Amino acid sequence: MNEELIISGRNNLAVDPHLHIWHWPIPLYLFLGGLAAGILFFAALYFIMGKEKEYPTAVRKVPFIAPILLIVGLAALFFDLRHKAYFWQLYTTIRLQSPMSWGAWTLLVITAASVVWSALHIRDIFPKWDWKYQWIREIETFFNKHKKVLAWVILIYAVITGIYTGILLSAFNARPLWNTSVLGPLFLASGLSAGAASIVLMSKNPKERLLFTKIDLVILGVELFLIVHMFMGFMASTQVQIDAAELFLGGQYTMAFWIFVVFLGIIVPASLDLMELRGYHVPALLPGVLVLFGSLMFRFVFVFAGQVSRWLY
Amino acid sequence: MRYAMAVDTKKCVGCSDCVVACQTENNVPIGYCRDWVVETMDGTYPQLEIELRSERCNHCENAPCVRCCPTGASHIADGGIVLVKPNKCIGCGACIASCPYDARYPHPKGYVDKCTFCIHRVKEGMIPACVAVCPTKCMYFGDLDDPNSDVSVILKKRKSKTLIPEAGTKPHLYFLI
Repeated sequence: MNEELIISGRNNLAVDPHLHIWHWPIPLYLFLGGLAAGILFFAALYFIMGKEKEYPTAVRKVPFIAPILLIVGLAALFFDLRHKAYFWQLYTTIRLQSPMSWGAWTLLVITAASVVWSALHIRDIFPKWDWKYQWIREIETFFNKHKKVLAWVILIYAVITGIYTGILLSAFNARPLWNTSVLGPLFLASGLSAGAASIVLMSKNPKERLLFTKIDLVILGVELFLIVHMFMGFMASTQVQIDAAELFLGGQYTMAFWIFVVFLGIIVPASLDLMELRGYHVPALLPGVLVLFGSLMFRFVFVFAGQVSRWLY
Repeated sequence: MRYAMAVDTKKCVGCSDCVVACQTENNVPIGYCRDWVVETMDGTYPQLEIELRSERCNHCENAPCVRCCPTGASHIADGGIVLVKPNKCIGCGACIASCPYDARYPHPKGYVDKCTFCIHRVKEGMIPACVAVCPTKCMYFGDLDDPNSDVSVILKKRKSKTLIPEAGTKPHLYFLI
């Protein structure tokens, strides 16, 4: 028997009895960032493929919400800082070893790019929109001329943002549950499926809905595979990672993970997508809303469970 | 110069004087601590073995907190001491999440705080407050690069261990066993 006790007493805020330094703003931000990345990825991809007219919702309409998501996400991040007056120190340096550092710069680029992308399509919403100042019109002309370059920048940065939301957590070897390289692709896949789901939710074009239902189904399959892969990795690893996996295999986050994330967030919407593709009539909102819900729950469960997982000692 | 500390687990009685000395010396806010004492109990009665350890920041050579700090506020200062610059810290908590020893905490003023090996005392030729105050003299502090320093001498003489070496952190806090 081995028993370990801090006998001098230690009750440091946010650290004891187990780490709880990150609260709801972090998973919310990870969700909004991943969702915005997913939306922008498909917008840029189908623009580059020259299918703007075929899939107008994906390329022109849904991206309008991306800057809003990103700005709300950034606000949540700012809200979570404890030394808020010094937040600008983030932008005085780039530290490649720190995912949070290059992630902060990535967010700056993708937020700016998504604002420009939305501004280029503003006449879809306000047909009589006028920028009023000549210099803004000149900027608009410039970006219209180089829209393909902008789309490539968005495509690449969307992938980086999607992966970064996972790498942010996987960089912490002190928290065994987070410390797996599957987390980057898994968060990217989750963001992409949420992006595809929001296109299905907002599109009225049957062809577009069909395509993104198919895409969503494939990505949900990939997600499921990555989750199985993650558990295989944990169970074949050291005791600390086996303990981390057990948080989801009988431990305190078992129900939350398997019911909300895997069953309601992946299996049910994937089955509904499959039924729809087979010709059954499925309530239009259901699969999309479930995918978004699952994607949000995934971040919450992972951020909270990760802070419980720790090294033995 | 590589400052390090060794704690003799055979001499420590778990009195927590080191904890109080640190709180007083460093003006640690009430309810927080930069060091703490752990008691481990191994075995089954009557074959029990107790180990007492006064723990604090390990001032790791490969410090995950320094690696993940987005602003460079967490840094390795002269002598290998891991420090935080309050004016660069944004209070994001990444370093707190990255420390396998849970040795950091958010100071009520917003920045992250931790053990400094009492660098302000060491610079003036003194030893850290916890070491100075220990009634059983179970702690040794000094420069690992100086073969005659207290810590180098005791580490040569005695068997020692570090905490969670498998985390790859290369700690500078040793426990004599």
